[in-house]
Amino acid sequence: MFLKDYIVDVYKGVSSLLKGMRKTGYYFTHSKEIITEQYPDNRATLKLADRFKGEVVMPHDENNEHTCTGCTACELACPNGTIKIITKFDITPEGKKKKAIDAFIYRLEMCTLCNLCVAACPSDAIKMAPNFEHSVFDRSKLTKILNKPGSKIKEGIE
Amino acid sequence: MLSLESITKTTQDWLLAKFTPTLALTIECVIVILLAITLFAVLGLVLVLLERKVAARIQIRLGPNRVGPGGIFQTAADTLKLIMKEGLTPDTADKFLFNLAPFIVMMVAMLLLAPIAFAKNFQIWDINIGVLYISAISSLSVIGILMAGWASNNKYSLLGAMRSGAQIVSYELSAGFAVLTIVVLTGSLQISEIVASQENGWWLFKGHIPVVIAFVLYIIAVTAETNRAPFDLAEAESELTAGFHTEYSGMKFALFFLAEYINIFIVCAIGATLFLGGWMPLHFGHWEGFNHIMDYIPSSVWFMGKTFLLIFLIMWFRWTFPRLRVDQLLNLEWKYLLPISLFNLLLVTVIAIMGWHF
Repeated sequence: MFLKDYIVDVYKGVSSLLKGMRKTGYYFTHSKEIITEQYPDNRATLKLADRFKGEVVMPHDENNEHTCTGCTACELACPNGTIKIITKFDITPEGKKKKAIDAFIYRLEMCTLCNLCVAACPSDAIKMAPNFEHSVFDRSKLTKILNKPGSKIKEGIE
Repeated sequence: MLSLESITKTTQDWLLAKFTPTLALTIECVIVILLAITLFAVLGLVLVLLERKVAARIQIRLGPNRVGPGGIFQTAADTLKLIMKEGLTPDTADKFLFNLAPFIVMMVAMLLLAPIAFAKNFQIWDINIGVLYISAISSLSVIGILMAGWASNNKYSLLGAMRSGAQIVSYELSAGFAVLTIVVLTGSLQISEIVASQENGWWLFKGHIPVVIAFVLYIIAVTAETNRAPFDLAEAESELTAGFHTEYSGMKFALFFLAEYINIFIVCAIGATLFLGGWMPLHFGHWEGFNHIMDYIPSSVWFMGKTFLLIFLIMWFRWTFPRLRVDQLLNLEWKYLLPISLFNLLLVTVIAIMGWHF
């Protein structure tokens, strides 16, 4: 009985080791499995994961319209004061005052790319972009205004 | 045909014609020393690069590819870096032993080179107790490692060295038994005779399953003896920083590093000699045409091919298996490898006595 257990032990051990070696041997012989990106050489064809988080951007459509209502939910959600929203009041054609954003100030140098602002936004006005080459010589260049000049809120977004 | 055998023979004839026999012998010794050192340097560079490339491919990476085409000068650049670094000796270390240890490890590796047959009739020293010499000398390297660990005056170094001692003392046994199986079948300890006995087929094929088991045991045991993963407890980066060579830097560290790779080469060369026929070409019983084609490949190429095949196998182990714990390591040897190799040796002896091998 003991001898049987012993042999089964040896067999199990050897077969599991061989299983591991088959896997690594497969990787060794299949060079197309290599996932390394040769970054500075392949900047043009660089493939990044969809969920890669590089910086916060505000998408604008072709009419230079965004969907940010200036509710400051992102500013409240941000754990380290990266976002500062300055609001203004637009006069609508009916003569009413309407709240809108004047400047969406985003400080990249303070951002930890935690994604909490994007999750907090009720109107999907901001999202994470995959560009990651942020180095500049002047720190003030990292403070960005995300809404483009002259842009306005899209119709029907409250 | 130009072969290593004819080169050595013409060199010797020329030397004997020009000088007195004593002087000729001295010159030959110098040439051999130079060749051995060159071989060491080249092997160190090639094996480290090979290891890094194999590791990269197995881990789905590219490996070094910036220094030179495909990264082939990476190890040369690394060596240059190590030469320029300061060889620091800690204040509280035993200075003499600390500086001696890397050279002992290196010297053991060099001594092991002597009885290896690199090609047909191309051997530094064909002693009649070749296999015994190898197993005797290879167990000396633990002295260098223990010395390094003790002299460093560092707890990690000492722990690594002690582990290495326990490991090599244990695994010597099963490596020795695996080597003995071939000695039993051949009836000789001389390397050249062991190679000659495989003219009609390698022992791995001629000796049935017991020799295959002995081969597997040999590979496992020498992986442990050379302190390679999965048996790299003496270094164990994650637990002991770098084990016995924690305190070493610069060229002294490089010597340990080099000795590790030279040792791998040597144990693989011995494995190739014992089990895979050394420089003997691959022959199949009565396939005359096939055997003739195989004879055209030079014997040195056969030897190097087999050796590098085994080296690749050991590298494959390293990048596949996780490291063992100390108790698991000793369990593996004393509860599994040793009983199996004892039983296996008995089987081989029966086969040899009854003449059941081919």
